[in-house]
Amino acid sequence: MATRTARDLTGPLLTARAVTRSFGPAVVLAGVDLIIGAGETVALLGGSGSGKSTLLRVLAGLDGDAGGEHTVHGTAAVVFQEHRLLPWKRVADNVALGLTGPDVDDRVGRALAEVGLADRGRAWPAELSGGQAQRVAVARALVREPDLLLLDEPFGALDALTRLRMQGLLRRLRAQHGFAALLVTHDVEEALLLADRVLLLDDGVIAEEVPVRLGPTPSPDDPALGALRRHLLDRLGVPAG
Amino acid sequence: MSGPALAEAIPAVVPDRATPRRSRARASRRWRRAVSPVVLVLAWEVAARTGLLAAEKLPAPSAVLATGWRLARDGTLGVHLLDSLTRAALGLLIGGGLALVLGAAAGLLRLGDDLVDPPVQMARMLPHLGLVPLLIIWVGIGESLKVTLVALGAFFPIYFNTYAGIRDIDERLVEAARTCGLGAAARLRHVVLPGALPALFLGLRLAIGAAWLSLVVGEQVNAQTGVGFLMMEAREFSQTDVVVLGLLIYALLGLASDLLIRYAERRTLAWRRGLRAT
Repeated sequence: MATRTARDLTGPLLTARAVTRSFGPAVVLAGVDLIIGAGETVALLGGSGSGKSTLLRVLAGLDGDAGGEHTVHGTAAVVFQEHRLLPWKRVADNVALGLTGPDVDDRVGRALAEVGLADRGRAWPAELSGGQAQRVAVARALVREPDLLLLDEPFGALDALTRLRMQGLLRRLRAQHGFAALLVTHDVEEALLLADRVLLLDDGVIAEEVPVRLGPTPSPDDPALGALRRHLLDRLGVPAG
Repeated sequence: MSGPALAEAIPAVVPDRATPRRSRARASRRWRRAVSPVVLVLAWEVAARTGLLAAEKLPAPSAVLATGWRLARDGTLGVHLLDSLTRAALGLLIGGGLALVLGAAAGLLRLGDDLVDPPVQMARMLPHLGLVPLLIIWVGIGESLKVTLVALGAFFPIYFNTYAGIRDIDERLVEAARTCGLGAAARLRHVVLPGALPALFLGLRLAIGAAWLSLVVGEQVNAQTGVGFLMMEAREFSQTDVVVLGLLIYALLGLASDLLIRYAERRTLAWRRGLRAT
């Protein structure tokens, strides 16, 4: 993964303009503008049903019925809330899905090692725990050496401890590989700990943009974090207790 | 002296002790289940030997086996069995192949669904064995009648299970494969086909059952060879032992094909047992 192909990384990686999507009479996205630069991590925060997953699906090219325009310069990979591993393929074959070339085995092995599952390549997905399966899903995205990682509540289905470990893993991988990421989440804390920028999706538009400046390894005890968290929770309609 | 006592105290030993007891219980249960069939066959044998059952109504099982051995040795049985198997294989191939193509078309394509599914759903209501008089008018009473009947019997289970197998595939897995850059053909190979395979196996098992049933009926219409012909001819000469032998062969054919499919299923669908394997 050290051999990143040289690409023009001067401009923005992802540009989306006036993205709209409605399901029947219900307008979910009412014109979203979004720009993500190289190496930047952007968290997309919103209440349940705010359309944040819908937006990610549009950006991932999985929704043909959306309006507006969006372009990804470079390659993108997706990690979903569920691991979405093919149950009939062993872990290594799931990671290798769609890859070609003579060094696929090596690349798969390295990707699995990076998520700490080097020895589980021969296992069936059904034999893995929830956290392990999600790590394989991360490896499946990583092995494609993406410029942009699209993450749809990737740790939402995991228990609190595993979630913390996964957040640490993601931070480490991002530091190593320098990919940009769009992280869809409903977890304010997670958004603040992982992102350089938090976007608040409300009423189908980006209602607010909050830059996060907590340093490279933010601690949950940082007082600046508390103020930001309070502000975002207010915007999400959670009153102070 | 303290060594063994310590080993006894380790809780890990407990399952080791429990397992043989449970497997012994399972083995004894299996033997118990074999008791009543054996008793029934023995009672049949005794009743036939003592004349309680007239030989022309139901000959002794030993007599049936002796007849089977005689017919197998002079080659008669082999010839008829081969003809029956050929008809079954040919019918399965034609009916199953057609069902696979049409079921896949209806399952994968909206147009295919709209065009193919309604007539198939209508035809399903016809009992295919009831079509024999019409089929005789259409294709005659020769070999094509038997093969057509088998093909018809095999078509419906494979069609419906192909269709259902494809429709039941988790859309989210297809989506994930798309984000991994898989095109339509690759998605078909890596997601749709393996995902539909359990349903396809079920369809195949049902189809083989229907194929034997169709063969039993088809071979009673003007056949010159085959297990069914053997039985019909024997009936005319009141050779009840041959009639019973024919029934036994049909049953064994059904059993053998079912075991074969189950073996293939176990080999191909190993991932489903993944949880139990470790």
